[in-house]
Amino acid sequence: MSVEQVVFLVLAVAAVGSAVGVVISRNIFYSALLLVACLFIVAGFYVLLEAPFLAAVQVLIYVGAIAVLIIFAIMLTERMMSKTVRGWNEQWWIALIVTVCLVAVMLYVVVTANWQVSDAATPSDAIVALGQTLLSTYVLPFEVASVILLMALIGAIIIAREEEPVGVVGEQKEEER
Amino acid sequence: MEAIQGILEFIDQIFVKLSFWFSAQLANFLPDWGVTFIMMFATVLVLIVFGLASIIWINVFERKIIGRIQDRYGPNRFGPWGLLQCVADMIKLLTKEDVTPTKADRLIFNLAAVAPVIPTFMILAVLPFGRGMVAADLSIGYLYIVAVGCLGTIAIFMAGWSSRNKYALLGGMRTVAQMISYEIPMVLSVVGVLLLVGSLSMVSIVEAQGQWRLPFVVLQPLAFVLYFTAAVAEVNRSPFDLPEGESEIVAGYHTEYSGIKFAMFLLAEYINAFSICAIATTVFLGGWQGPILPSWAWFFIKTYFLYFVLIWMRGTLPRLRVDQLMNFSWKTLVPLALANLMLTALVAKLVPQYSHVGAIAFLVMNVVVIVCIALVKYPRWRRDRREVVLVPRTATPQVDSS
Repeated sequence: MSVEQVVFLVLAVAAVGSAVGVVISRNIFYSALLLVACLFIVAGFYVLLEAPFLAAVQVLIYVGAIAVLIIFAIMLTERMMSKTVRGWNEQWWIALIVTVCLVAVMLYVVVTANWQVSDAATPSDAIVALGQTLLSTYVLPFEVASVILLMALIGAIIIAREEEPVGVVGEQKEEER
Repeated sequence: MEAIQGILEFIDQIFVKLSFWFSAQLANFLPDWGVTFIMMFATVLVLIVFGLASIIWINVFERKIIGRIQDRYGPNRFGPWGLLQCVADMIKLLTKEDVTPTKADRLIFNLAAVAPVIPTFMILAVLPFGRGMVAADLSIGYLYIVAVGCLGTIAIFMAGWSSRNKYALLGGMRTVAQMISYEIPMVLSVVGVLLLVGSLSMVSIVEAQGQWRLPFVVLQPLAFVLYFTAAVAEVNRSPFDLPEGESEIVAGYHTEYSGIKFAMFLLAEYINAFSICAIATTVFLGGWQGPILPSWAWFFIKTYFLYFVLIWMRGTLPRLRVDQLMNFSWKTLVPLALANLMLTALVAKLVPQYSHVGAIAFLVMNVVVIVCIALVKYPRWRRDRREVVLVPRTATPQVDSS
């Protein structure tokens, strides 16, 4: 076995192990931390594939943003000071159905796909090429993605805003005086 | 004249030559992969030892200056000018009892003491300490720093949560809120510079400043101020030290830590502060470039000058309130960073690179932005609203009929 294969096996075992840990852990904070570990190891795969940009973005977005958001959500739950923060697993069978479907689709793709193997070396200026492709060939999906994010942002603000009847605000303030 | 230049060149490259000599010695009795492995290991070791050793002088430096600012002497008992104070502190911290609260979550509690140190040392790997003196010149340089930097948030929240102490938890919550808010302006302010460079690599950023013959602080003064402010908040230093505000929540997330584990948090904090100064030096102050003195000397002079500014801020500014902190990030820093980014992109397209015209255009752009902010923030034409005294509608005005 080459060095790459050994590293891949170690990473794969660690990634799958931590992913299983996320699901079976009783403590929801442990689950969150194991998820961080799992996502971090996935970044390791990208480093192994000589895609440093993807690795950095993986850490930045999944560990730095999404995992922190999950921790934020846990932080705001009740009883987080108690010894074990229990997870709620009542809907596990729905999750199971979804997971089985997802695995089936992925297996189908893996088996039927026509994998193209290239011997060419990884380009050193991959970031420049990636940036130019994103803003020329794939500019439409790129922009659509940002519009979707903007919609999510506005939606979150609308939902989180305190319900105030419009138009009465000014009068209320006068009464306060 | 040439002899002097030769000596200067030698001093400038002394560390690079030392590393070549060392690898040549290794090559005598080791295969190629062995030399590579040992050289990588040696580089990591040098960085870690440097990080640990720099605490000795950074700590004394900081306490001396804080002492001066507060009109007292600072440490002056142990060693000449109190230089060995840090050694005494370390002995104290190492010999203290290591207490773990009975109700704490032991695994995460112990893990959290080590976790914040790892990303801090990882950042040192991409910093160019001098010409040719960089452990790993990654093509994703700055992105790597940002990605690694965000790991610290999780480490600190682990410490706060696992202590099972309400003050520690409050400190952890404050940290998460603060660090994710200030990460955004910190990253956005540097993107302007990255646009001018066209690369994320830290070495290319320094070299681009050589081509401009100007440090980027001249082209992007606003971005420099934004970066430095946000970075100070990102490493939880005063005046943004809410996560450990000792007058409010004891010591924040490390309330329950003692002895060597507390020392680890202290270590992470000092090295983080050093790293942000080093990054600011690299990105905005021209890195290791400068006349006469060797490149590494310039790097450390600039970095420690910025560190002095940090200490100065710590000694002068009062701590912010939580609401002020959030407002400052989202309503001041983020819009400014976005405006700076958009205008930089526009100007960079319009003016030729590496020219005096370009430099002047960027300066004018920054002055325009700063004047606009000043006008919006402190408008001269806007007077304070007059107090309106409301008269109850039913009451009739009293007529003075005397």
